Amino acid sequence: MSVNVKHQEAQMIGGELPKEKLQGSDVFIQSLQNEGVEMIFGYPGGAVLPIYDALYKNPIPHILARHEQGAIHAAEGYARVSGKTGVVIATSGPGATNLVTGIADAMMDSLPLVVFTGQVASAVIGTDAFQEADIVGITQPITKHNYQVKKVEDLPRIIHEAFHIASTGRPGPVLVDIPKNISNEVFTKSEIKVKDLNLPGYQPTTSPNFLQIQKVAQALQKAQKPLILAGAGILHGKASKEFVEFVEATGVPVTNTLLGLGTIPGDHPQFLGMAGMHGTYTANMAICEADLLINIGARFDDRLTGNLEHFAPNASVVHIDIDPAEIGKNVETAIPIVADAKEALQALQKLEIGQLSIDKWNKHLNEMKENYPLQYKRKSEKMLPQEVIELVHRHTKGDAVVTTDVGQHQMWAAQFYRFNDADNWVTSGGLGTMGFGFPAAIGAQMAKPDKTVVSFTGDGGFQMTLQELSLLQESQLPVKIIILNNQCLGMVRQWQQTFYEERYSESLLPSQPDFVKLAEAYDIEGYKVENYEDADKLFEKVFSSNRPALIDCRVEQMENVYPMVAPGKGLHEMIGVKG
Amino acid sequence: MKRVITTTVINQSGVLNRVTGLLMKRQFNIESITVGHTEQAGISKMTFVVHVEDQRKLEQLLKQLQKQIDVLKVNDITDKAIVTRELALIKVLSPPGVRSEITSIIEPFRATVIDMSKNVITVQVTGDPEKIEAFIDLLRPYGIKELTRTGATAFVRENQKAPAQQLSIL
Ligand SMILES: Cc1ncc(C[n+]2csc(CCOP(=O)(O)OP(=O)(O)O)c2C)c(N)n1
Repeated sequence: MSVNVKHQEAQMIGGELPKEKLQGSDVFIQSLQNEGVEMIFGYPGGAVLPIYDALYKNPIPHILARHEQGAIHAAEGYARVSGKTGVVIATSGPGATNLVTGIADAMMDSLPLVVFTGQVASAVIGTDAFQEADIVGITQPITKHNYQVKKVEDLPRIIHEAFHIASTGRPGPVLVDIPKNISNEVFTKSEIKVKDLNLPGYQPTTSPNFLQIQKVAQALQKAQKPLILAGAGILHGKASKEFVEFVEATGVPVTNTLLGLGTIPGDHPQFLGMAGMHGTYTANMAICEADLLINIGARFDDRLTGNLEHFAPNASVVHIDIDPAEIGKNVETAIPIVADAKEALQALQKLEIGQLSIDKWNKHLNEMKENYPLQYKRKSEKMLPQEVIELVHRHTKGDAVVTTDVGQHQMWAAQFYRFNDADNWVTSGGLGTMGFGFPAAIGAQMAKPDKTVVSFTGDGGFQMTLQELSLLQESQLPVKIIILNNQCLGMVRQWQQTFYEERYSESLLPSQPDFVKLAEAYDIEGYKVENYEDADKLFEKVFSSNRPALIDCRVEQMENVYPMVAPGKGLHEMIGVKG
Repeated sequence: MKRVITTTVINQSGVLNRVTGLLMKRQFNIESITVGHTEQAGISKMTFVVHVEDQRKLEQLLKQLQKQIDVLKVNDITDKAIVTRELALIKVLSPPGVRSEITSIIEPFRATVIDMSKNVITVQVTGDPEKIEAFIDLLRPYGIKELTRTGATAFVRENQKAPAQQLSIL
């Protein structure tokens, strides 16, 4: 504050009364408004008091989560579903460190976030001051870029750059650390709006090299068994429409990564299902048999490829990615193309490749699809988690925004919900963050208030961020929480059953809260169902209501996710394939 | 394989940390690293000597470096005609009896004696890292008391014979 007063005095002595004295915190709010920010997810604290004070005077809608991790996962859900940049604010020290998991999650799954953290005053940085943490150092390997603001005059430029970097090229989280004194200082420049960007080291390539695109067309015309692997790059490039057009024009079969689901409708005749560890038999065998594999916007993650030595052994690989560092990282690539997915697909479409003569290949794959579908079989009275997901699919007409947490229920949702749109699917893929799904559903519902939003979650993961029930109650958003309650950490239990001779070490959860009472404690409708018929009836009621609800679905404990590629194995070595 | 890589970076606070952190995160083995200003204000140059397993790892390294927002240019100059220089300071035990012998080693390497006490002399030597290596080996039998090296810095020569190898990514 003393800085502030001195500044004012200085200006008075200069003879001229400033029109309006803006502090760093006002400049902060105006800069966010200039970026078109429509809501902020955050949690206050000492180092961001000036910012919250400015927010009080000049409001941008602020979503008060009950834990910073809840705030950032909600921002991720919002960003994922809206295609806009999610904005998060937290205080210094513990506020900032509580964001770390969400930042790492957004980095892995390429979600555009701008994260603002308060910091102790510049003068005491480095002295282990109260609530000081070196968040710039901590987040350096898990952000696309990060900044610490040194001068209040730099604030508008840094904020503008942060939004630009987060949302362009391969999207990702950018952190801006703001020492408290910067928020209090008087801004001496006359202009807040930043007109141009000066980032000579950041020039993402978006247009494909035409010669390379021609090579792809030639490769397609020669191929007998071409296959497209479609990843999240397509949805980040907002290119699902161009993608489906291209796929239909050529007749090439398609498989998805976990995060790419929905880029082609789940019931599209050319879709073989998801590939990878819990992918379909057909999709994985198609990768093994293909002679040309075109990867659009996927990063050949190990859960997708299985053992790299056996990955796509017969295929020549085309890799289209906006991030050059992903190309050739894991899989040798014959035709590399650095480009935005939409621009690459448009360039390919211009070449008018036409329907390929690959009837034999497609017939073969269709037979496999018929002979080896995803399936499950109820063995007792207990309902199966897969049944619940299919039931929800029916009651939401396959058009809900679905978020998941991490574990078995996530894989079942991926297998059985059959997404009709990429923006209907929100899951933590790269980092596999338990606790992600429920807050992400709240963020997704904020982005799309009129959509039905379903949060499938496990009884384990839900307990990691369930405090956001309070936020849900307060906002009265109609999110439906479906706990697939198997009374265990299902995915861990499955691995212990399969690879550790049923030694269920710390993976059973016999003692649980009464989830119905828990919901009621937050003044949210809570239900428990134990069989299929009751679930069917309840969903009828719940999905026609526009109130939030929590449904504790008691499902078979010992059900496993199949088929499966065991760790270290190739995609051709699937277990649990039912024919 | 050993590679010499130069990067031109915007001289922001934290940029050195960012680059070395990246090398650590991606499990690259740095032998030496030097940083300093260039002829342009606000622009620094880093030179690393790193060990990489194969071509693919090398390509990853260059691309990951290039991806950093503050990195303007990345070059693997190993296969170009280059000049590499390093400086080393060495304290050698040199009682009067062997002093002239040591001096005779120093001369052909064009090293200089920059400090002297009763039993110890301090020598400064510059040159490419191999020359420095050889020099140290020759002094070692006399007893090296202390040694410090700056790490290599490098330039590409003005005249290049053959075009250098290109990366597979256009
Ligand atoms: C934060 C975090 N901690 C631990 C794990 C490891 N993990 C992966 S799946 C899983 C079990 C999840 O259990 P639950 O939430 O009940 O879901 P289910 O698998 O039963 O569907 C665990 C512990 C993780 N992914 N994330």
